[in-house]
Amino acid sequence: MSHLLREHAPITEAGWRLLDDEARERLTPALAARKLVDFSGPHGWDYSATNLGRVEEIADVPGDGVAAGQRRVLGLVELRAHFSISRAQLDDAERGAQDVDLGTLDTAARRVAIAENAAVFHGLSSAGIRGIAGTSTHDQINLGEDCEVYPRHVAKAVDALRGEGVDGPYGLALSPEGHTHVLETAEHGGYPLLEHLGEILGGPIVWAPGVNGGVVVSLRGGDFLFESGQDLSIGYEAHDADSVQLYLEESFSFRVATPEAAVPLPS
Amino acid sequence: MGFDQYHEPAQELPEEARTFARICANLIEEAEAIDWYEQRLSIERDPDARAIMLDAEGEEFKHFAMNLEFLFRRMPLWREIAQGILFTEGDIVEHGEESEEEATEGEAAKGAPLAGSESLGIGSLRGSR
Repeated sequence: MSHLLREHAPITEAGWRLLDDEARERLTPALAARKLVDFSGPHGWDYSATNLGRVEEIADVPGDGVAAGQRRVLGLVELRAHFSISRAQLDDAERGAQDVDLGTLDTAARRVAIAENAAVFHGLSSAGIRGIAGTSTHDQINLGEDCEVYPRHVAKAVDALRGEGVDGPYGLALSPEGHTHVLETAEHGGYPLLEHLGEILGGPIVWAPGVNGGVVVSLRGGDFLFESGQDLSIGYEAHDADSVQLYLEESFSFRVATPEAAVPLPS
Repeated sequence: MGFDQYHEPAQELPEEARTFARICANLIEEAEAIDWYEQRLSIERDPDARAIMLDAEGEEFKHFAMNLEFLFRRMPLWREIAQGILFTEGDIVEHGEESEEEATEGEAAKGAPLAGSESLGIGSLRGSR
């Protein structure tokens, strides 16, 4: 039995399948970072740190003539979002109900996806994670409100990347508001803005909750490294007569290997 | 000019999938070349001609191994399974079955997207929008 303790939950196999499917369905569209950065793992729950390949000198070594250094590592972050499911709803699902209320799970999934995206694109300084936007060596380009000028801004970002010798294709992580504007907009002549941006980038435009404005990144690989310990899973915490307390959980680290491979476009 | 290694529209395939397809095509071509040399060698009697073909066949086998290693580096689970099969003695099929079972259980316990895993198996979403 793993630390998720799923066997202790008063949930049938079909019930677990329902919850896992719902979580997967909600998370997949929202996990924007995983659509744009390199993913390694999962390495397991007991995987605790990412090797940074660096050593730090230790000053107070006892004894003469001995030098000491300590390896630097990046500890994995554990994200956990709790939610509670009504046992009556799970019972209804067993009876064949198709409209079971899993709203609390949906909310937890959205929260975890936002936290993961925000950590990757904007950092999580208390955990030593520096985000893509914050580490970029390029001047940021303000995206603004007028999405008709987005192609100009995105083209400028792509030019900046090419100018640094950072090859494409490129992808754009876009805030939900920006993404909606892009979907709604057709340029003069009726050409959809989404397609125009796609042609400039040569890669995807990704709906990215948790991202401020947008970030253009190179997709050539090797620049942005997401390391998964335990991939997203649902675990069991407790239950009573009315409800089951569960949580969505993952562990990961993230680091930027090439700061010049992205351009932030804040709104 | 054909791009037969792609069975899906190439423009929809991510870069990694296109590279993977090219290496798979290489692997097939190297295996075919080994087969052809082996057949020629089985009927060739001239010792000089045989020496050339043997040398060439060895080259093809080296390329085959290099392509295979590339795929193993991309697919850690395959590497783990292969480690239980390659360079062993005894029943090959038995080693294959045992190795697959052990490697799969190990990966599933880590949360890899495999049957038996308790994780949601989402992993990388590169290539999806």
